[in-house]
Amino acid sequence: MSQSYNRGLIEDFGRWKEFSAGMWAWIFHKFTGWVLIGYLFTHIAVLSSALAGPEAYTETLQGLEALFVVRLLEVGLLAVAVFHILNGIRLLMVDLGIGLDAQDKSFYLSLLITGAIAVASVPTFMTDVGF
Amino acid sequence: MSTQEQKPEPDTEPEEPESQEAPVEQRAPASPQQRRMQRKASNLAERERQAAEDEAKLEGDTVHLKVFRFDPEVANKQEPRFDDFHVPLERGMTVLDALIYARDEYDSSLTFRHSCRQAICGSDAFFVNGSQRLGCKTQLSELDQPVRVEPLPHQEVVKDLVVDMEHFYDQMHSVEPYMQQEDLPEGDLAEMRQSRENREKIKMSTRCIWCGACMSSCNIAAGDNQYLGPAAINKAYRFAMDEREDEEIKEHRLRIIEQEHGVWRCQTQFSCTEVCPKDIPLTEHIQELKREAVKKNLKFW
Ligand code: SF4
Ligand code: FES
Repeated sequence: MSQSYNRGLIEDFGRWKEFSAGMWAWIFHKFTGWVLIGYLFTHIAVLSSALAGPEAYTETLQGLEALFVVRLLEVGLLAVAVFHILNGIRLLMVDLGIGLDAQDKSFYLSLLITGAIAVASVPTFMTDVGF
Repeated sequence: MSTQEQKPEPDTEPEEPESQEAPVEQRAPASPQQRRMQRKASNLAERERQAAEDEAKLEGDTVHLKVFRFDPEVANKQEPRFDDFHVPLERGMTVLDALIYARDEYDSSLTFRHSCRQAICGSDAFFVNGSQRLGCKTQLSELDQPVRVEPLPHQEVVKDLVVDMEHFYDQMHSVEPYMQQEDLPEGDLAEMRQSRENREKIKMSTRCIWCGACMSSCNIAAGDNQYLGPAAINKAYRFAMDEREDEEIKEHRLRIIEQEHGVWRCQTQFSCTEVCPKDIPLTEHIQELKREAVKKNLKFW
């Protein structure tokens, strides 16, 4: 064989439409994981405003909570966290060898519950929001 | 889709061999056997009529294939491209049948591997409409048109649909896929017995046909060339779980699969389980080996 043809990265990312449940679960799990790590840093940054005294802390928080985007991000954060937890439980089951035949269903279920919780949380997060 | 699904007629179950009952039944004038024969004949006629109808319906229907073409040795095929073929449909036609037709009738340079045409030899795994499938096991009627046929992803293409399987075979061999039991039972013709339960346990894992579909679908294997891959780990499972091998051999096997590029690379994407044409629960087997490996290591504490 003289030469051969390597199709490169396109094979991995050009085909997202054809992914199946397990693959989506994997991608979402990675993504939500990174988002949570990112949040951890902003969380620490916000909390450390308390170093400048209680007033500064209250001010920062009130300032942030007054923003609509922040409220929106909070709903998003909840959704991300819930999905990561639920899919984590799903992966735990997979590791224990329980219900591997239902892995796709449990993924859809995680998505559904995540969606439901995110929607249900909207009234709580969106009270008294200034635009 | 014009291909009709054939409903099995209620009473076309395979008839039992008649020879044993025949003498008894021939005594009565309209014996059960005669009635059965009659029913059979009419069923046959019905089925033939149906088949002819279906045939007529398919008459003139073609399937549109888009086939990947590449050949480093031919000047105008060095740049990969897709060729279109319109193949006349037949009832029960598979992707492989269509490819064979295209090769025989339109372009004899179209190259692909195939042999058994019944999902046994494992030589015709292709990337059909976005997933790894065996050409001979995939009915055209279940695919959307145009049917895109490409060589397996993550393996280098040698020519058209032929990919280089060498690496896959190397991985398969690296788990030592053969019986290594040294203590054989006494006596000339003594058999090495396996319990029914144990046979049942490894049954699915013995069905691998080395087609490479699983390896091709695995993202981890794509990124880490040294990763053993689902098929090789499944092979390891087949022997590690076989009770006819001694404990030390099992430990040796577990040592192979728990290396850096062994079972722990698997991130349970389930892509391999999804595409395996022999329905082997690959992820399940990999997970079980992970647990076995942990158990083995705990023992030494
Ligand atoms: S495990 Fe299944 S998909 Fe993988 S090589 Fe064997 S038969 Fe093919
Ligand atoms: S031709 Fe043998 S598996 Fe398809």
